Amino acid sequence: MASVGKILRRTFLIGSAAIVGGVAFGAYYVSRPAANPLKPADGETALSPFVLIDQNGVTLFAPRAEMGQGVMTTWAALIAEELDVELDQIRVLHGPAAAAYYNSALVGEGLPNKGYDISDFQHNLGEALGVLGRTLSLQVTGGSTSMKDGFERMREAGATARETLKQAAADRLGVDRGQLKTENGEVIAPDGTRIPYTELAEAAGQIEPPHVELRDPTNWRLLGQNLPRVDVVGKSTGTAEFGIDVRPEGLKFASVRINPKLGGEMRSFDASAAEGMPGVEKVVDLGNGVAVIATNTWLAMQAVEAIELDWGDAPYPPETDAIFAEISKAFDTAPNSTMRDDGDVDTLPDGATEITAEYTVPYLAHSTMEPMNATALFNGNSLELWCGNQAPTLIQIRAANTANLDKEAVQIHTTYLGGGFGRRGELDFGEIATKVAMAMPGVPVQTTWSREEDIRHDYYRPGAMARMRGAVKDGQAVLIDGKVAAQSCTQQAVQRYTGIPGGGPDKVLVEGFFNQPYAVPNYRMSGHIADLNIPVGFWRSVGNSHNGFFHETFMDEMAHTAGRDPLEFRLELAKAEHAPSAGCLQAVKEMSGWTGQTPDGVGRGVAMTYSFGTPVAQVIEVVDEDGTIRIAKAWIACDVGLALDPGTVEAQMFGGMIYGLSAAVMGEITFADGEVEQYNFPDYDALRMHNAPVTEVKILETNRHMGGVGEPGTPPSMPALGNALFDLTGERARTLPLVNQFNLLV
Amino acid sequence: MATDLKINGKQHQVDLPDDVPLLWVLRDEIGLTGTKFGCGVAACGSCTVHIDGEAVRSCQVALSDVWGDVTTIEGLGTPDAVGAIQQAWVDHQVAQCGYCQSGQIMQAAALLAENPAPTDADIDDAMQGNLCRCGTYPRIRAAIHDAASKLKEA
Repeated sequence: MASVGKILRRTFLIGSAAIVGGVAFGAYYVSRPAANPLKPADGETALSPFVLIDQNGVTLFAPRAEMGQGVMTTWAALIAEELDVELDQIRVLHGPAAAAYYNSALVGEGLPNKGYDISDFQHNLGEALGVLGRTLSLQVTGGSTSMKDGFERMREAGATARETLKQAAADRLGVDRGQLKTENGEVIAPDGTRIPYTELAEAAGQIEPPHVELRDPTNWRLLGQNLPRVDVVGKSTGTAEFGIDVRPEGLKFASVRINPKLGGEMRSFDASAAEGMPGVEKVVDLGNGVAVIATNTWLAMQAVEAIELDWGDAPYPPETDAIFAEISKAFDTAPNSTMRDDGDVDTLPDGATEITAEYTVPYLAHSTMEPMNATALFNGNSLELWCGNQAPTLIQIRAANTANLDKEAVQIHTTYLGGGFGRRGELDFGEIATKVAMAMPGVPVQTTWSREEDIRHDYYRPGAMARMRGAVKDGQAVLIDGKVAAQSCTQQAVQRYTGIPGGGPDKVLVEGFFNQPYAVPNYRMSGHIADLNIPVGFWRSVGNSHNGFFHETFMDEMAHTAGRDPLEFRLELAKAEHAPSAGCLQAVKEMSGWTGQTPDGVGRGVAMTYSFGTPVAQVIEVVDEDGTIRIAKAWIACDVGLALDPGTVEAQMFGGMIYGLSAAVMGEITFADGEVEQYNFPDYDALRMHNAPVTEVKILETNRHMGGVGEPGTPPSMPALGNALFDLTGERARTLPLVNQFNLLV
Repeated sequence: MATDLKINGKQHQVDLPDDVPLLWVLRDEIGLTGTKFGCGVAACGSCTVHIDGEAVRSCQVALSDVWGDVTTIEGLGTPDAVGAIQQAWVDHQVAQCGYCQSGQIMQAAALLAENPAPTDADIDDAMQGNLCRCGTYPRIRAAIHDAASKLKEA
């Protein structure tokens, strides 16, 4: 990834879109005068990539973090579709932090982007950070948005670059631009002469980009197809570079221990035993923990474990039961939000049967395969930071504040992410690595957390409870009145990132709860915020991850009370409200051959959640094998509106489901003495090859809007499994994880 | 005290304490970063390498206990000369985040060396020590079957 830095430094020096022997495109459209380029609807406008063409070839920047979801490939395909290059002819790199990008692309006066200036950008960035609550909330509720965001702008970047290159060729050949064609990274003249883009780049840098119409989708070559991932060879040969693989010259290795009573102080420490251990070069006092810098990561881990520590108490009740008692108390407080309040839920309709249920789900860790880590090089007046991260601009600001530098003095290198799931949107790993490197100026230091440190110092999916009341009449749902109680990850994150307390209605707390596409006449859904100081954050699908379970388990209970088939019961309510959602239910009905009947020893459950603009229905089949229950099969149908890469959509739907099922079966973070009780995969495991279901995925494209794909597969998996277990055993799952109640194959 | 190791056919001399696990010798000393750290307790399989052809969790093998020739993911092939099993991973577009895949491939390579035509049950048995949080299991299974048939033809 060093080449990103090289390109940046180069463009920085030139201060123009025309770089040495080349040209940078893409800034034009994103930098056209606009009311607010960081308008919340595309909250990451600042990360817009660009196309760079120089004598070495074509480089596309896909500055969304590639954490497995295929974003690098599909963003590149959006550009390549219009630019007329093939994916195997180009380089695709993660973009730099947004500020650096804008500085490099917009600072020069020779740029084809009149009317835009850096102070506007800085103003807007400041404004975006000032309203981080809103921005964050949108990043989360509008998470899974990369394709929605990039769909227009990246094709425009590609089209603009293509036409500008054609103009350069037209000028050279003395012909009209309309007479030229493009293919495979070359401009083709009327006489068949081919001129590579690389030869035209320098001249193109001097040309005002023309306005361009986007191609009709019927002419697409790449989009809508299963494309080979640009990262797949690297990831199959051990050569893809993750944060933990960065090896700058002279690298030292560190490991860290922070107070496991999360947020508690460090009263004192004694590192005398550690200091004499092999390979140890320095012990670093981090204020709330310690790090050891050594010649080898393992030696650093051994030494940091040998430090004797006196930890202060945690700022929350020390035991799980007391924590959930606190969450339960939130039901007695005024709701933070009531985003759906249809009809009259206070009056039970005549002749209706009322049912109630209470549900509880635990705190969860993200547990990415690559433990938290970052590598930093501090030089007194500048800092370089290498890490897989989901928020380069935020981590840049945090690192700058930590090192007391201007953010322009901090260069962020984003590597591949060994899993993100929301965890790498946090900033702690970058801050810690910065502090560690500051103890050894001029020397790059990689700080790697042990798996234990990673699991026990997460920003957890909040533990949550729901109290549901509903009514059925004549086989139909006529009333749903639900309350969810949990900590607010949005409010806490605003406080964490800005120092300003977050406030206002937290939509994330009630997503997947208030906005489900069912036509129920009396429908009220409220969110209650629990006042606790356990670190919580954004876990794949966020509020939907608990609300999907609450809502869809309760739908099943209502169907059962109404004496109806749970799939037909939902289908009827969805048909009247949102056709694409009904279409997903209909699809899984057909795919699974759903009859409502299952043989002895087999159970089936269904659930549907609408999240991130995409409805997803799942049917899960469980089988009793001599007393052990195996998740045997699953059927998934989603309606994404437009599937830019169906293979990627399928992988995300299946992966999202497995992530949810792993949590539903065995995911649980508990507390004792103020510390998380889980340490490593043996006590925080996930589904594996032998217990993952055989699955069929169907992608529908009737939705009028393009929906997200990275997260919507997760929420319905948990209730679908619980409902299947009810079908098999007659026992209702109202608490997760399910291994505490059922003898599931693990 | 220097220890001699043969890794991917190349001889190395390593000057590290005897108890340093092979994983951290490979990553931090030799610079072979394809082998990944996931858990440190042999619970995820990310660090799987071969010693004399046998799949082992390199986080559990102390430097002084390395009993034979070591093969890592880099020894199976390179981007310019992709190995047969790696090619099956490419053909089936297995990787998502990709972090666990070095270990998955090394485990699969050992399985196929021992059992050239594994059944689904054989794959379940051999691969369940290798965790993947992205959920690439169906494509791993397909790639193993595909590699098995291609290796048979070869």
